[in-house]
Amino acid sequence: MAEITLVEAVNQALAYEMQANHDVIVMGEDVAKNGGVFRATIGLLDKFGPERVLDTPLAESMIAGLAVGMAAQGLKPVAEFQFMGFIYPALDEIINHASRMRNRTRGRLTCPVVFRTPFGAGIHAPEHHSESTEAYFAHTPGLRVVVPSSPARAYGLLLAAIRDPDPVIFLEPSRLYRYAKQEVKDDGKALPLDVCFTLRSGDDVTLVTWGAMVKETLAAAESLSQAGISAEVIDVATIKPLDMNTILASVEKTGRCVVIHEAPLTCGVGAEILAQIVEKALFSLKAPPERVTGFDTIVPYARLEKYYIPSEKRIIDAVNRLMEFA
Amino acid sequence: MKIVDRFEVPWYQYLNEASKLADEVPPLAEDSKSLLELYRMMVLVRTMDTKAIALQRTGKLGTYPSTRGQEAVFVGVGNAMQKTDIFVPYYRDMGTLIQRGVKLSQILQYWGGDERGNCYNNNDFPYSVPIGSQTLHAAGAAYAIKFRKEKRAVLSMIGEGATSQGDVYEAMNVAGVWKLPLVFVVCNNQWAISVSRESQTAAHTIAQKAIAAGFQGEQVDGNDIIAVQHRTALALKNAREKGEPHLLEIICYRQHDHTTADDASRYEPKSNREAEWKKEPVARLRRYLEDNKFWSEEKEQALQVECASEVDEAVKEYLSVTPQPLESMFDYLYARLPEIYEPQRDLLKEVENTVHG
Repeated sequence: MAEITLVEAVNQALAYEMQANHDVIVMGEDVAKNGGVFRATIGLLDKFGPERVLDTPLAESMIAGLAVGMAAQGLKPVAEFQFMGFIYPALDEIINHASRMRNRTRGRLTCPVVFRTPFGAGIHAPEHHSESTEAYFAHTPGLRVVVPSSPARAYGLLLAAIRDPDPVIFLEPSRLYRYAKQEVKDDGKALPLDVCFTLRSGDDVTLVTWGAMVKETLAAAESLSQAGISAEVIDVATIKPLDMNTILASVEKTGRCVVIHEAPLTCGVGAEILAQIVEKALFSLKAPPERVTGFDTIVPYARLEKYYIPSEKRIIDAVNRLMEFA
Repeated sequence: MKIVDRFEVPWYQYLNEASKLADEVPPLAEDSKSLLELYRMMVLVRTMDTKAIALQRTGKLGTYPSTRGQEAVFVGVGNAMQKTDIFVPYYRDMGTLIQRGVKLSQILQYWGGDERGNCYNNNDFPYSVPIGSQTLHAAGAAYAIKFRKEKRAVLSMIGEGATSQGDVYEAMNVAGVWKLPLVFVVCNNQWAISVSRESQTAAHTIAQKAIAAGFQGEQVDGNDIIAVQHRTALALKNAREKGEPHLLEIICYRQHDHTTADDASRYEPKSNREAEWKKEPVARLRRYLEDNKFWSEEKEQALQVECASEVDEAVKEYLSVTPQPLESMFDYLYARLPEIYEPQRDLLKEVENTVHG
């Protein structure tokens, strides 16, 4: 079994499902001959041909609208947006059509599309290449928002997303694309959607996160354990619909919670998680929960971006504040 | 300097304002059976349209966009389509929907605020409210047809205002590059709510916009149902058989406010409608049918009664439909409702019990 990166796992899942299901179409800007700017779709054109691996004209709304039309007529498009900062022209198609087609037609037409896009800062790219605006999508009824944080979860969750009968926004943390390798069995086994993954068990504090921030959060948990603090780390993985059961059970056990995300603080998904904790587990709390997030600023250009991304230290500081709360 | 390309935009009319035929006409012009069918459908649409406006005015229907004066566009297009084609409508084309097998009562149901009005017995797309966005769905559907190597075509309808939308250019652009079996029909009724055709684009024709996308566009007299039916049928045939996209700019005039929520007297010169009414499509075809002894006052009376009764039946059916259960809001959100939303649905069930229980 080969060790592969997260972006290779994405490629492997796409290839597996294209082999298994002739209706799966991969489309986007530069996805065919060029194999995608991150090479997520490399080799697919040779394997599956130009009818199933489509270089589209350069227009994001068009990519999304085409996918809606294809999906409503029985195909399974997996559409790539080159960067999350370029997805906004497609919001009309995603929010007004993809998420509503099933509801609008009372189930007569459906929209089983996967909209893939790299997201997040930390790759020293120009402006608009570093956004984490998952909350826009999490606010939209009818969508699923899925974020892998390891090669194995990228493989298993992408397979699940493609097989799902509803539209899925699949956000790939670009900072983790080539960060670590992991053994991933190419067995076509999907991971479950709509559930959190508990990556590390602990008793003192619950750390809730997703995407690239899993890296800093796991590092913080390791450092904390050296200091005798036992942190439970939850990778939310599916941001919408949110599996609050797993989060609440953990918070009820530990009595402390920090939510970590790269996106800006205000109206981020962390706000929803903390609101639900306060509504449903207030009396289990030993300290006020905290959020460690990106700032309410524009993501800075490359030279300052590492100061924008929440650091391991900021997470540890937050946990220490909670531990010291009397 | 050298000229690298030149273009022409043709205009088609077979039956003129005086109900006289052009020198060269398609077989349809002499096919009385088909013409009577088209005429009957236009009268039904106008009867239904008048009734829908009346229902709205008496509080029995929501906001409704009239098709008055544009009957030939929608009836001609709907007639030209084959059953296996895919229709991607905009919100004004009732005449097409009827011929796609959608029940009159269902059309009322849609405008009466019930999603079940979109439950057609085919794979056509439902009305799309965000202007022009549906042309991209049409392109996607056309790709699905091409991918499966089927001899079908997609027809997408928009108003002329929609041609200012980026999505429409994007759809035309990809249809040209990918050679999609897709016909764009622009119902140019001269008004996008209050904004006139001239304020919408400086282009001499809407049809020429296809040329930039690499395929042909043409203008059709939208008050001449023979031209509308024939030119649409031909474009669809080329789409099915040769995979050629095409654009039809069908020129007509909106003989009503934009919708029942609009008041066109605020912006529309009063004389326009009267002048344009002289060209209107129903009377034009009727005169032609009468001149050729295919039609009579007697037959007209009978048809009016027949259409009125069909519409009355539809209204009765529409008014007797029971509302959907409240929790239906959740029933079609996902294939299977995620557990986390169940408490919200249960809340609606409680309300349902108080309201209907």
